[in-house]
Amino acid sequence: MTEGPDVNTTTTTSPIVPAPAAPSAIPRAQFDWKPLGLLAALALIALPLIGSPSTWITLTIAGLAMGLIVFIIASGLTLVFGLMDVLNFGHGVFIAVGAFVATSVMAGMSSWAGSPSVLLNLGAVFCAMLAAMAVAGALGLAFERVIVRPVYGQHLKQILITMGGMIVGEEMIKVIWGPQQQSLPLPEALRGAFLIGDAAVEKYRVLAVVIGLAVFAALLYALNRTKVGLLIRAGVQDREMVESLGYRIKRLFIGVFVAGSALAGLGGVMWGLYQQNVVPQIGAQVNVLIFIVIIIGGLGSTLGCFVGALAVGLMANYTGFLAPKVALFSNIGLMVAVLLWRPRGLYPVTSR
Amino acid sequence: MRVSMSNLLELKGVHTHIGAYHILHGVDLQIPEGQLTMLLGRNGAGKTTTLRTIMGLWQATQGSVHFKGKQIGGPGGQQPTPLIAESGIAYVPENMGIFGDLTVKENMVLAARKARNADELDTARLEWIFGLFPALKKFWLYPAGKLSGGQKQMLAVARAIVEPRALILIDEPSKGLAPSIINNLITAFNELKRQRTTILLVEQNFAMAKALGDRVAVMDDGRVVHHGAMADLAADEALQQRLLGLSLAAHQ
Repeated sequence: MTEGPDVNTTTTTSPIVPAPAAPSAIPRAQFDWKPLGLLAALALIALPLIGSPSTWITLTIAGLAMGLIVFIIASGLTLVFGLMDVLNFGHGVFIAVGAFVATSVMAGMSSWAGSPSVLLNLGAVFCAMLAAMAVAGALGLAFERVIVRPVYGQHLKQILITMGGMIVGEEMIKVIWGPQQQSLPLPEALRGAFLIGDAAVEKYRVLAVVIGLAVFAALLYALNRTKVGLLIRAGVQDREMVESLGYRIKRLFIGVFVAGSALAGLGGVMWGLYQQNVVPQIGAQVNVLIFIVIIIGGLGSTLGCFVGALAVGLMANYTGFLAPKVALFSNIGLMVAVLLWRPRGLYPVTSR
Repeated sequence: MRVSMSNLLELKGVHTHIGAYHILHGVDLQIPEGQLTMLLGRNGAGKTTTLRTIMGLWQATQGSVHFKGKQIGGPGGQQPTPLIAESGIAYVPENMGIFGDLTVKENMVLAARKARNADELDTARLEWIFGLFPALKKFWLYPAGKLSGGQKQMLAVARAIVEPRALILIDEPSKGLAPSIINNLITAFNELKRQRTTILLVEQNFAMAKALGDRVAVMDDGRVVHHGAMADLAADEALQQRLLGLSLAAHQ
């Protein structure tokens, strides 16, 4: 072997040691496109049913925005489950806390939020998001320590105690912010819609799509291009082997738990702004949706979570328009259909 | 507690329970430095449990495990698995522990604790590993889960040697592999022996054991029942028959 191990530039097409035993070309990893086809199929089937292309565009953008918000919330949950087999039914509490922190921050910065300047408006939103992520992340650290750590490996107890934790959290929110619905108005510049032809696209939804895609890109980068990300992906598959290689998986898990909680807080702000109001029960409401999403995606899979969230967002908006009464059922129906097709989710994690 | 310097690893009276089952009944085992020790025995004798106990994946309920003279296992001095690995022990489990969704490259980067990415792998060492296992170079960017069984085993061994380790534990590398692949592994292990790497190798394949072992320990029913030079056992058919009779008949 004369060629240096030029690991940086080695691609599947570069000359690599010829293997006389294998006559075929260098094998290439096949990306599984079928689940993405599912999204396209959903959108295409909806088009003739809805009839008007402009309504379809409006609903599709709304569905993508909702899907991306749900993805931000669910991404942490799927990794937490994948890494340590922890079923955290209390994830919703971070959503609610994030949303309520945002109401306080936005109220405190009302001069920015109310000013006609787009930059100041966005500044207020970003401050609210940062504060929500910080509070939700800190709460996540405490939640992991007090509630999750004593029940590692015991699924039934995890379900019971994390649900209990969420109830406690919900009541604490009522103590601090009161039991009533709080309004979370959008700042001036984010209200209203762009008109693209006949289609009205709400400005905030565009912002939600942009932030959602940015979070997805950042997660993909972290998981695929950094060593910590590699460790997370490896730990989801075989945590014992990760420990045998000399890494402390519990520290990694705590980091993921805190990051996941912070993302849920961010998602809570976005969800609250999407609805323009928040109630203390927001966490429990979104919980069902995010569990559907991570099951559709394949427990532990980030890409699956992404596709699953978009599918759920599109489905909810299309059926909400076509047949509002079956909107919740439609997502459960989607989950059943996906599981009949792929019983372990769209992108199952191997060796689980 | 001091252990004589020539023994890199020493188990004294190790008992291990898995749930309600009492698997190891007082294992005494010494692994001399710079040698390849074979651990033989029939199925269920406790070989895998011994390796897992050394790694801290299961914890000894009695007795002690010392590595480089320091206690790493047993009541009163149990170290967690990551620290045991950090102190210089590499482990190739029976199921190989390959991360199937990660590429061969990513598997190797994880195994090299010092490397943050593939550029930081020791290139000379990597070339040496590619020389031992050319298939890994060919499939460098390929998901490890799609490799053949033999290639996965090569990757598992390669991960254990991507950085120098004081001791390598390998659990039944020949299991289910074609003879040509086994020969490839024997060549690789001989190369490791030439470099005076200390290895503890669990095997059922007696031909492979004979070809590689410096020392041998035979286990039965959760205890080490024989300990000596591999050459002596290889030359003494009556002893083989007595210690390994059943497993030999089943595996040759």
